[in-house]
Amino acid sequence: MPANPFNAFTDYGIGIGLRVPHYQHILEKKPVVDWFEIISENFMVEGGRPLEVLDQILEQYRVVQHGVSLYLGSADPFDRSHLRKLKAVVKRTGTPWLSDHLCWGSVDGTYTHDLLPMPYTFAAARRTAEKIRQVSDFLEVPICVENVSSYAEFHVSEMTEWEFLTEVVERADCGILLDVNNIYVSSRNHGFDPYDYVDNIPHHRVAQMHIAGHTKFEKYILDTHDHPVIDPVWKLYARAIRLCGVTATLLEWDDKIPSFGEVHAEALKANEFIDGARAAQTPRRESVAAG
Amino acid sequence: MRSTRDLKALQSAMAAAVMRPLTPESRMQRRWADGRPAAAVVGEFIKPNDRLSALERIEIYNRMYWFRLLDCLYDDCPGLRAVLGVRKFMRMAEAYLVKYPSRSFTLRNLSRRLEPFIREEPQLTSPYTALAADMARFEWAQIEAFDGPSRPALEPDDIGNVHPAQLRLRLQPHLTLLALQYAVDDFVVAAKRGALRAEASNAPVGGSAGSRPKRVVRPQRTRIYLAVHRRDNRVFFKRLDPAAYRLLDALQRGETLARACAIALPRAAAASPAWQRRIRDWFKNWAELGWFCRP
Repeated sequence: MPANPFNAFTDYGIGIGLRVPHYQHILEKKPVVDWFEIISENFMVEGGRPLEVLDQILEQYRVVQHGVSLYLGSADPFDRSHLRKLKAVVKRTGTPWLSDHLCWGSVDGTYTHDLLPMPYTFAAARRTAEKIRQVSDFLEVPICVENVSSYAEFHVSEMTEWEFLTEVVERADCGILLDVNNIYVSSRNHGFDPYDYVDNIPHHRVAQMHIAGHTKFEKYILDTHDHPVIDPVWKLYARAIRLCGVTATLLEWDDKIPSFGEVHAEALKANEFIDGARAAQTPRRESVAAG
Repeated sequence: MRSTRDLKALQSAMAAAVMRPLTPESRMQRRWADGRPAAAVVGEFIKPNDRLSALERIEIYNRMYWFRLLDCLYDDCPGLRAVLGVRKFMRMAEAYLVKYPSRSFTLRNLSRRLEPFIREEPQLTSPYTALAADMARFEWAQIEAFDGPSRPALEPDDIGNVHPAQLRLRLQPHLTLLALQYAVDDFVVAAKRGALRAEASNAPVGGSAGSRPKRVVRPQRTRIYLAVHRRDNRVFFKRLDPAAYRLLDALQRGETLARACAIALPRAAAASPAWQRRIRDWFKNWAELGWFCRP
């Protein structure tokens, strides 16, 4: 839904990821962009050019933070120094919400730097929800969890991925960053209907959406964020915004990054589907006979 | 799975699989550390699907792990790569990651332990071990300078009338002082120039396509002193006179100004106008560069 507690009742439109190859263009040309998504970890530093760029961006644009290393689904407790660094960035940006992934990626302080899939079990849901509540209390900002794309499944899973996502966000009382491309990629890799996923999550908790491109290999699809969005993903996005309402949408393009103009144009294609969703939601007026 | 402990056990097993070194063909090893078939080990916790076995599904993550981290070291260590050559560098990098997997949430810190590792395992960089260690230190210092902390610059009022025997001058935390056995700065500049020339010669107009970067001759052993620092949010490195290095090093260790001068400078310096001019110019230059920060 637009404007809900999980996006701090904001009504953001279409955004793009803030990426190094585009810094010069953005700072010099000041293009009109509704908002930028930043990767929190790139700015969890103590000085230098990254923070200089961030401060310049914050003067002109709205920014939302997205993380890749909170590892909300990791069995291990949080590293407090990590949370303090993250909170410093939250205070600097004034991000209206903070997102990270429903995944894990570290064990005993050793990091894989990947977004590893969860086993869909009640025990894992309980632990993940507990950690989401902890981080929400510490950061004092609404938290949204993003569904990841995955290439493996566990024997121990007790439910579907969308049931697991629902279980986690209801227990944690948090928002969802619905990554439509990830749903599509996972549906191809694991043989489920992506519309079942989109239809069966708590739509009122969706605070933001992601769209992106991917790469098709012979036996699986890899979530590479280095291509335009394909039609089936756009169609899934159209379904998602009809069910959730028009929601802050971000295009992810993280590798083989083309020009700013090309990325922005790709993101703005979402308007076609947003307009369609709005038209479908607008009630028709009955014509009134004169006299 | 009933508990967080069960979750941890599962995650530990999968992490072990994901982080196993690849074969020379960049595939997942078919034998586990204890000799069991890897397929059987991984099959205990991962389901196959109609196209991929359990092993093939984990292999996707296994390859991504190694490609991602090796790519990061490749990008962060161009000088070390030039010293060792790509093949030796990649073998060294893989061995480094096996011994010192990432212990930080950020890939920025991945090369933090490279220099000590190079000294611990000299056979991986032989016969260029000393040069490689110097280069690793130099490249890590640049990472620290890029986004390390800085403090407000020292102002004259901050010193006031404090006597040199009591005065302690702090150096910016992003500044690293290096005493090196090789002129790694010149080597990096020459290697970059060579790479840029090769790139330019690949341009469609006026060059021959497919040129490789010209191999830069590795430097001979020669003692140098460098300060790697940041100014206007750009990283610089500056050669230092040996006495200047000793002076800055003493200040960085917390010595008073008087004690640092006594340690670093020849005895004749106190009475020598030429030395006094030199020292004054050093401090003027260092202050202009913003190297001193407020207590």
